[in-house]
Amino acid sequence: MPKRRVIPGFGLTLGFTISYLSLIILIPLAALFIKAAGLSWSEWIEILGSRRVIAAAELTFGASFAAAIISTLFGLLVTWVLVRYRFPGRRLLDAMVDLPFALPTAVAGITLTTIYAPNGWIGEFLGHWGIRSSYSPLGVVIALTFIGFPFVVRTLQPVMDELGKEIEEAAATLGANRWIIFYRVILPLLLPALTTGFTLAFARAIGEYGSVIFISGNLPMKTEILPLLIVSQLEQLKYSAAAVIASSMLIISFLLLFLINLLQHQLNWQKH
Amino acid sequence: MSISIHSIHKHFGSYSALEDISLEIPNGSLTALLGPSGSGKTTLLRIVAGLEFPDEGAGIIRFHGQNVSNIPVVKRGVGFVFQHYALFRHMTVAQNIAFGLTVLPKKHRPSRGEIRSRVNELLDLVKLEGLAKRRPDQLSGGQRQRVALARALAIRPKVLLLDEPFGALDAQVRKELRRWLRQFHDEIGLTTLFVTHDQEEALELADQVVVMRNARIEQVGKPQDVYDHPRSPFVYEFLGNVNKVQRHGSEPQYVRPHEIEVLFAAEYEPATDQLARVTHLFSAGPVASLTVRLPDGYFLDVQLSRKQLDELALGIGDEVAVRMRIHGAA
Repeated sequence: MPKRRVIPGFGLTLGFTISYLSLIILIPLAALFIKAAGLSWSEWIEILGSRRVIAAAELTFGASFAAAIISTLFGLLVTWVLVRYRFPGRRLLDAMVDLPFALPTAVAGITLTTIYAPNGWIGEFLGHWGIRSSYSPLGVVIALTFIGFPFVVRTLQPVMDELGKEIEEAAATLGANRWIIFYRVILPLLLPALTTGFTLAFARAIGEYGSVIFISGNLPMKTEILPLLIVSQLEQLKYSAAAVIASSMLIISFLLLFLINLLQHQLNWQKH
Repeated sequence: MSISIHSIHKHFGSYSALEDISLEIPNGSLTALLGPSGSGKTTLLRIVAGLEFPDEGAGIIRFHGQNVSNIPVVKRGVGFVFQHYALFRHMTVAQNIAFGLTVLPKKHRPSRGEIRSRVNELLDLVKLEGLAKRRPDQLSGGQRQRVALARALAIRPKVLLLDEPFGALDAQVRKELRRWLRQFHDEIGLTTLFVTHDQEEALELADQVVVMRNARIEQVGKPQDVYDHPRSPFVYEFLGNVNKVQRHGSEPQYVRPHEIEVLFAAEYEPATDQLARVTHLFSAGPVASLTVRLPDGYFLDVQLSRKQLDELALGIGDEVAVRMRIHGAA
């Protein structure tokens, strides 16, 4: 006799989950791999080994990693301000954090390009120091940071909200100064949420297309990202090559995310 | 160390949390700050700790004669225990207890070995031997509170301050821990100040009870004195069950349930007694309680021993004579 469950509907919901995942995620991805699998090993190596693909991959993963790191630090700061202090306009600021989620990425890209271009507000300023922000890898990092940091804020916010001030007061009565309280008490408690936020920002950055293509300038070998390379392959009707690049990107992303999750599991596991 | 509080005021915006509080806490005593919520007791405790500051220019706090008013909490050297423990949940029990020692500046910090032996000593003291490697979420409420206590004691504080230390525990554990704390205090003899809203807790545990109400101190004294000689109707009503009798135009009068004598109606003496009718009886346990109704409509709660009740052989509706020692209001 099957064991009765208190919460009914397990069969139904699991069935729905599997069909949903299959239709929306697994089948399209499988189609991608089937397309890519039509090519031989040597063709794979030829496509992936091309200097243009390697350069694009380096830029995509490198800039995404840098942007995720910046988003994490920036996000930590913003969350801290939003959670810890009460000031006029706090709610407005809180709502503004979500804007990158809602804004069409192309709009974000065009806006960022305008202000970071050599004759834009910030671009001109940076130009005095000889820093080129738009049409450079730095521009890619800027766009990806813009896209990524709300993920960090939104993952961190509920955890920081819950921390409460008692724990800091306890540390203070025990003689810990502010810096010690931060790195020995608060930071370790936020670390799991920080890693999650980092992972989300990183994953989002790898796949980002719309905002980057405007600010990067898309120079092959210099500022071309993988998603754009895939699109340009498609435009040249090189479907198989596009599928090979996409599949490899997918595999690498999956492995990276898996690794980060594993790391996070370790962090959590230590706690229990 | 004695604590001396002189003329403390505290406002939060326009709300007055403490008004002109002065209090002496003798060295080695266990003092309870007792009062309903909003009476200012926790604010006072937090000011003694340095977690809050009194209004600008108002008041002085001294530990053993030394003015500590301007010493920040980090350097004040108080042991503070929070109602909800405030343990560091990413650290083991041992790491929690050691925290205050590991954050000392290098030149004052004990060696690893010394810290370990101090932690073990404290674990023994709070009866948590063998739990050093546990995480706070693997402990019961009572165990967590003892870890919090050990952690506070690790820094050899000048005074120990406890904010509703048993507030989050269930009744049974609460009683045990209360008794244990009393014994513990007698062993280590550290000047201790604790906040509670539970009069039974304050009376059972403390050497000195400070009753607070509306930002002021209502009465200070030994538990027995405060209980037997309340200085205001508020203290009377706040400390334990009491019957309040207020007849037209007169001052209210108070009588505690155990101060009422119940006699057979046949023994009625008009000069001292009143006739009454039993309306409710409750007699599970060694103490029986009954409610009687006076002819003028007042109900009185009465406490008797089971033996007395059995001798009287009372039933609901029976007529009895009650004799009581009535107290005035102040």
